[in-house]
Amino acid sequence: MDKVLSFVVAAVLAGTPLLFGTLGEILTEKSGNLNLGVEGMMFMGGVAGLAGSYYYEQAVSNPNPVVSVLIAMVCAILCAAFGALIYSVLTITLRANQNVTGLALTIFGTGFANFLGEAIGNTAPSRYMAVGNVTKDAFNSGIPVLQDLPVVGKLLFSYNFMVYLGILLAIVLAWFLGRSRAGLNLRSVGESPATADAAGINVTLYKYLATCVGGGICGLGGLYIVMNSANGVGGVWVHNCVNGKGWIAVALVIFATWSPARALLGSLVFGALSVMRLYVALGIPAQIYDIFPYIATVIVLVAVSMRRKRENQPPQSLGLAYFREER
Amino acid sequence: MDANTAIRLKDITKTFGPVVANDKISLEVDRGEILALLGENGSGKTTLMNMLSGIYFPDAGQIWVDGREVTIRSPRDAFELGIGMIHQHFKLVDVLTAAENIVLGLDQKGRLDRKKVAREVRAISEKYGFDIDPDQKIYNMSVSQKQTVEIVKVLYRGANILILDEPTAVLTPQETEKLFAVLRNMKADGKSIIIITHKLNEVMAISDKVAVLRKGKYIGTVNTAETNPQALTDMMVGHAVTLDIDRPMAKYHDLRLEVKGLNCRGSDGVKALTDVSFTAMGGEILGIAGVAGSGQKELLEAIAGLQKVESGHIFYYPPHPKSDIAGNHVPVDKAGEELVGKNPTQIQKIGVSLAFVPEDRLGMGLVASMDMVDNMMLKTYKESKGPLVDRKTPRALAEKLIEELEIVTPGVSTPVRKLSGGNVQKVLVGREIASSPTVLMTAYPVRGLDINSSYTIYRLLNEQKMKGVAVLLVGEDLDVLLELCDRIVVLCGGRVTGVVDARTATKDQVGLLMTQSAGKEAEA
Ligand SMILES: Nc1ncnc2c1ncn2[C@@H]1O[C@H](COP(=O)(O)OP(=O)(O)O)[C@@H](O)[C@H]1O
Ligand SMILES: [Mg+2]
Repeated sequence: MDKVLSFVVAAVLAGTPLLFGTLGEILTEKSGNLNLGVEGMMFMGGVAGLAGSYYYEQAVSNPNPVVSVLIAMVCAILCAAFGALIYSVLTITLRANQNVTGLALTIFGTGFANFLGEAIGNTAPSRYMAVGNVTKDAFNSGIPVLQDLPVVGKLLFSYNFMVYLGILLAIVLAWFLGRSRAGLNLRSVGESPATADAAGINVTLYKYLATCVGGGICGLGGLYIVMNSANGVGGVWVHNCVNGKGWIAVALVIFATWSPARALLGSLVFGALSVMRLYVALGIPAQIYDIFPYIATVIVLVAVSMRRKRENQPPQSLGLAYFREER
Repeated sequence: MDANTAIRLKDITKTFGPVVANDKISLEVDRGEILALLGENGSGKTTLMNMLSGIYFPDAGQIWVDGREVTIRSPRDAFELGIGMIHQHFKLVDVLTAAENIVLGLDQKGRLDRKKVAREVRAISEKYGFDIDPDQKIYNMSVSQKQTVEIVKVLYRGANILILDEPTAVLTPQETEKLFAVLRNMKADGKSIIIITHKLNEVMAISDKVAVLRKGKYIGTVNTAETNPQALTDMMVGHAVTLDIDRPMAKYHDLRLEVKGLNCRGSDGVKALTDVSFTAMGGEILGIAGVAGSGQKELLEAIAGLQKVESGHIFYYPPHPKSDIAGNHVPVDKAGEELVGKNPTQIQKIGVSLAFVPEDRLGMGLVASMDMVDNMMLKTYKESKGPLVDRKTPRALAEKLIEELEIVTPGVSTPVRKLSGGNVQKVLVGREIASSPTVLMTAYPVRGLDINSSYTIYRLLNEQKMKGVAVLLVGEDLDVLLELCDRIVVLCGGRVTGVVDARTATKDQVGLLMTQSAGKEAEA
């Protein structure tokens, strides 16, 4: 029983960065932009967030956890959104190929973050860019009091605030896309920009906003990876720390068939698969466990393309640039 | 210009690279008036209207709306001025409902009040006599329902000036009648309407004035009451054309295809063809009439090998050894060769060719983003030997088609997507004919085409027939089928309800057959 509980908790913790990446990419793709730079933006968000907190801690003698967390989040969002902005300028305004631009963003983000992370680390006495316990604890503690309840406490209330933030974000995004006018407009931009344009919607503005905000959300995923200590190290820059989670998020968008609600489920499943090795002994080499998420991705890709429900299809103009006078 | 003028255009010019789509065009429309805009394909009608609706921005010229000079920079500007356009290719989001499409982009913030929208949509529908379900998804709708949504969308935005770009090209005669009734209601309501259509009888029936464009230039405006189809055609084409369709007799008249007891299911698993039997002769144009969706598509595809046949036979007989087309193709083993079970390539090699023009024109047969040469090559690349493709032959073919069919395009290397609709169709039909088939199947080849281009296509079909080809023509316009074809097979609900001699049959007779089994089903 205890083991099951720990497994679930670990799965949620491992799934959360995927959730952020997935939600960010869903928002982006709903505008018709296929941004393959999720991995890169997670890197950028992660390193910028960490650096923000790191410098804040250096600057004041008595760092306040709330301020540190806020600085980290703002830095993560802004830096990742900046990556998305570069992508937007290239693909929306200059109409460059989205796949190529997205891949370039991933390469850029990875290199940028590893470089920055190590460059800053080299200036520190410890040779690592690491934040202190104040910030680390703020990013890793559960809800006081409630988390001490038996069973439910651990199951529901022991997570750090970013887990709840992610869930809240999924609910808000689901409402936004399904119920609000702006969400309706955004969906129509992704489905058929010409239609949206003819209906008086500012296609360019929607694409820019969705892509940049989506990028910012991905950045939070990166921040989570950097700050979370569930895997032993937290609050310190680890070379290549994102390590493919951005790509899994891209696959999860398809798994979730562009639905934020299903993204919750998908992240949990993928989170569980990625920590399974530690909780379910199958007597197989560890490497095989590591490939489970990827196998699941492949299976899902196949299953989704076989199940042909109209609502579950990708936004119709996904990956295409729009120019009003083109036909 | 007087106080009653709704729209005035002066010297509007628009170029696309080397193409001058509109050359100093001037036009006026009054309130409570229906203006028909007439012109051949590619004469710049859509371009002109797109400038009113904010899709394109004019290079030069002035626009007045309700007496005030305006600049229309975007679709939003247009509908704020009360201009609404129903585009030739509908601008609707498939996965949204009718109501969602209708309110798309409107300024209200926050939550979407579906109930209120549905109520308002119903109110508009009642006022003008539409029939729509606000909660139906667009992808579940027929073409005419989609068009209704487009019109309601424009009215919902309070448009006073409606532009309809070839609204009837995809409608059945009954649906067209309904649409016209709605337009007359709107006109009585004081709205101005500009309608583009190639069907002269429709122009005569609905419009008050007719403006004619030719090759991007404005030719003139006439009152409908003072003109006639022949005069309009002459104005449009620039020289006198005859509106009669030839029906020559071919030298050889021999059995080519024999379809026996054919049964098929459509892609949705519903029975599309039930026990269909008929024959097609070489040297004959066999019309296939029927309400849209009566199994025409499945029938042609079954013959072409693209559609799975449940049971039944399709026998092929080679052409008369002395006819022009004899020996052009892979010979069959015996007269009466079974086509069912052969793959599309084999069937094509025998000489059976299919040119299907779908409702959106580009959907089948051509790759929109490729140029003419590449599209020709799609059909011929297998013929060239060696590892490299031969681009010379298809290029020569493309150039020949441009000349013979008067295709308007900047050149053979322009993507076909950029051609105007009619020219795209000429490319498609022309390519099929170029493979010198023994059976030529074409569906809706003149869909949306202007008179002149339509006649070019009819002439092409007649030429094929005279060569001894068996031509199968699926059409929507009964008048044309009756004038052009030798015999007509009538389909209704996937069954053959009659085969008539087109020389003696009447429109009523065919019309009755077209709806026959539907009646039977209702009784059962
Ligand atoms: N967006 C565009 N880009 C390039 N050429 C265009 C575009 N729109 C129209 N054209 C060209 O302008 C001419 C007029 O086209 P169009 O207005 O569609 O004609 P119509 O509606 O009368 O058939 C055609 O030669 C067409 O190829
Ligand atoms: Mg047009």
